Amino acid sequence: MSQTQHGSTDGTLAQRPGLPEHAPQIEGTTAAPTLFENPGLPPHVHRLADTDPKAAKRAERQVAALFTLSILGTLVFLVSYFAVDPQTPVYIPLIGRTLLQNFLLGLGMGCGIFFIGIGAVHWAKTLMPDEEVVEERHYLRSTAADRDGAVQALQQGGEESGIGRRPLIKATAAGALGLFGLPFIVALRDLGPLPGDRLSRTMWKAGMRLVSDPEYAPIKVEDVTIGSVFHVMPEGIDKVHDKLEQKAKAAVLLMRLDPADIKSTKQKAWGYQGIVAYSKICTHVGCPVGLYEQQTHHLLCPCHQSTFDVTEDCKVIFGPAHRPLPQLPITVDTEGYLVASSPFHEAVGPSFPERGHR
Amino acid sequence: MTALAARRRHPLALVLLIALGLLATGAAYSALAPKAASAATTSTQDIAAGKKLFLANCASCHGLNAQGAPADNRGNIAGPSLIGVGAASVDFQVGTGRMPMAEPGPQAPQAVVRFDDKETAQLAAYVASLAPGPQIPTAEEASGEGGDAAKGGEIFRVNCAMCHNYAGAGGALTRGKYAPALDNTSPKHIYEAMATGPQSMPVFNDKNITPENKKDVIAFIEASRELPHAGGSSLGNLGPVPEGLFTWIVGIGALIGCSVWLGSKAA
Repeated sequence: MSQTQHGSTDGTLAQRPGLPEHAPQIEGTTAAPTLFENPGLPPHVHRLADTDPKAAKRAERQVAALFTLSILGTLVFLVSYFAVDPQTPVYIPLIGRTLLQNFLLGLGMGCGIFFIGIGAVHWAKTLMPDEEVVEERHYLRSTAADRDGAVQALQQGGEESGIGRRPLIKATAAGALGLFGLPFIVALRDLGPLPGDRLSRTMWKAGMRLVSDPEYAPIKVEDVTIGSVFHVMPEGIDKVHDKLEQKAKAAVLLMRLDPADIKSTKQKAWGYQGIVAYSKICTHVGCPVGLYEQQTHHLLCPCHQSTFDVTEDCKVIFGPAHRPLPQLPITVDTEGYLVASSPFHEAVGPSFPERGHR
Repeated sequence: MTALAARRRHPLALVLLIALGLLATGAAYSALAPKAASAATTSTQDIAAGKKLFLANCASCHGLNAQGAPADNRGNIAGPSLIGVGAASVDFQVGTGRMPMAEPGPQAPQAVVRFDDKETAQLAAYVASLAPGPQIPTAEEASGEGGDAAKGGEIFRVNCAMCHNYAGAGGALTRGKYAPALDNTSPKHIYEAMATGPQSMPVFNDKNITPENKKDVIAFIEASRELPHAGGSSLGNLGPVPEGLFTWIVGIGALIGCSVWLGSKAA
C-alpha cells in the first residue's frame, strides 16, 4: 500500500495510534503530491437478499439444500461402505466397467465435502454481512519499552539460571548438544558403499546357456526361425539371491535375421548363422529396448524413441541414445543349444562416471 | 537259404536290392518328414479357386506367382513374397481386412473384411499349396479355454507388452507404424499373429511360445478385457499422457470455474 493512500484516507502518519515517536518518517509523506485522485470505495450496493425478505428466505433454503446434499453424500459413503459388496463390477457411462463400491464411496465422499464447501460460500455470498470495511494494519515494530523489557527479561533469565557460575553444567551441556549432531553426520555413510565394478559386469560368462524369459528354457539354434525374437536371460538367473538386480543388467534380446541383411562383419562374427544377441538395456537411461520390427529391423526403445538398426550392429539411427547396444557374442555348444562365447565386452546400459575405468 | 544264396550273384540281384533300398527310404521319409502344412479340408478345387481370387485381387502387388515384387530404387517392396507364409498368414491378413490393402502406407491397417469365409479359405489353400507354412489353428487350439491367465500375463508382459501395452491397448512404433490394440481381436487371429508374425511383428513360433503358452496368453487377454477398473475410468489404459490431459483440462477447468464463481458478487 502506498504512503499516498494513507495520507489521503486518514490524514498524516503521525495521527495513527500506537506509532512510536522514533518511527522513521518518509520525506514528503505529509504533503503527498495529488497526481492521482484516490477513487475510494465504490458506493455499497445492497444484494437482493438484503432488501427482500423473500429473497433472503429463498437463499436460506438454497444453503440448507446444499448442506442436505452433503449429508446425503456422507450417508451414501457410510451405507455403501457396509452394505455394498467390494467385488461387484458395474458399468457406468463415461467411466466404463468399475467396482460399484469404489464408485459409491468416491461419489459419496466427494459430494459430502463439495456441498459443504459450496454451501458455505453461497451462505457467505447471499446472507452474511457484506459491508465494505477498511481495517488499517498496525505498525509492525514494537514500542521501545517492549523491546527494552524483552532484553531485560533475557538477561535476568541468564543470571538466574547461573550458567556463568556453574562451569561444570556449562561444559557438559555444550558437549551433549555438540555431540548430538554427530549421529546425523555418521548416518551419511549409508549413502555408500560405491558400486565398485558391479555396473560394469553382468552374469554372462563364456559357455553359459541362453534361456528364454520367463520359462527359463534353453534355446536350440533351429528354434530361432528367421523373424523370431526371444527374450533371453542367462541360465541360472532364477537361482541367484539378487535375481532382480542381475536381471536388470543381463537381459538380452535374441533375433534371427537373414545373414544377407547383416552389414557389419563384427556383428556376423559375434552371432551364429544370422542369430544375434544384443543387450536389452537402452544405452540412454536404461529402459528395456524390446520393440523389434522384423521387416525394417529397427529396434525401438519405448521410453524416448531411441531407434537402433539391427542390420548395422545396433547403431543409433534416431533418438537420444549415444552408443550402440552392446552385443553378446554367442555360439553353439555340443548339444546344439545357444551359449554365450564370452561376457559382454563393455558395460551395458546407460553411462556412469566410472564407465570404462574398471 | 541255399536257394537265396545261389541267386546272390544273379545280375538282377543288384537292381532288386537298390529298388528295395529306395522303397524303404521313401517309406521312412514319408513317415518321418515334417508334414506339409495345409488345412485338412483343402481340395484341388479350393486351390484352383484360390488361385483365381489371388490373380484377381493380390497379384498386382505380390506377383503372378506370389513370388513378391522387386524393390523400387528406395528399397520399398510393393508386396513381399508369400511363398512359405502359410495358410495362417492369409487367414489373419485377409480375415481382419488388412489385405487387400486399400492404399500404400507404412502399415496395412485393420479394415472392412473384403472376402467371405469361403473365399478366405480358398485363398489360404492356394498360398499354403505353394510351400509349407503355419497352419490355421483349430478352434480348440486357438481358445483361451483352460489356459492359465496368470501365467499368460507373465508371458505377455515379457514378450508382447513392450509393443502392445501392458493392457493390450497398443502403441506406436517407428515411422508411422504401430502395434494395434487387442480389444476386439478374436482368439484365432491372436494365435495366427503369434505364429506368423504379420507385418512388423516378430514371429513367436511354437518353440518360443509353446501352444499351451499361447493358450495362456489368449486366456490372459480375454480375462483382462473383463477386468473392472477399480480406480474408475481407465482413460484407455494409455498411461500418463491422457491422464495428464484429463487432469489439466477437466481438473484445472473445474478449479477455474469454482474460482470465478467464488469471486463473483451475489445478485
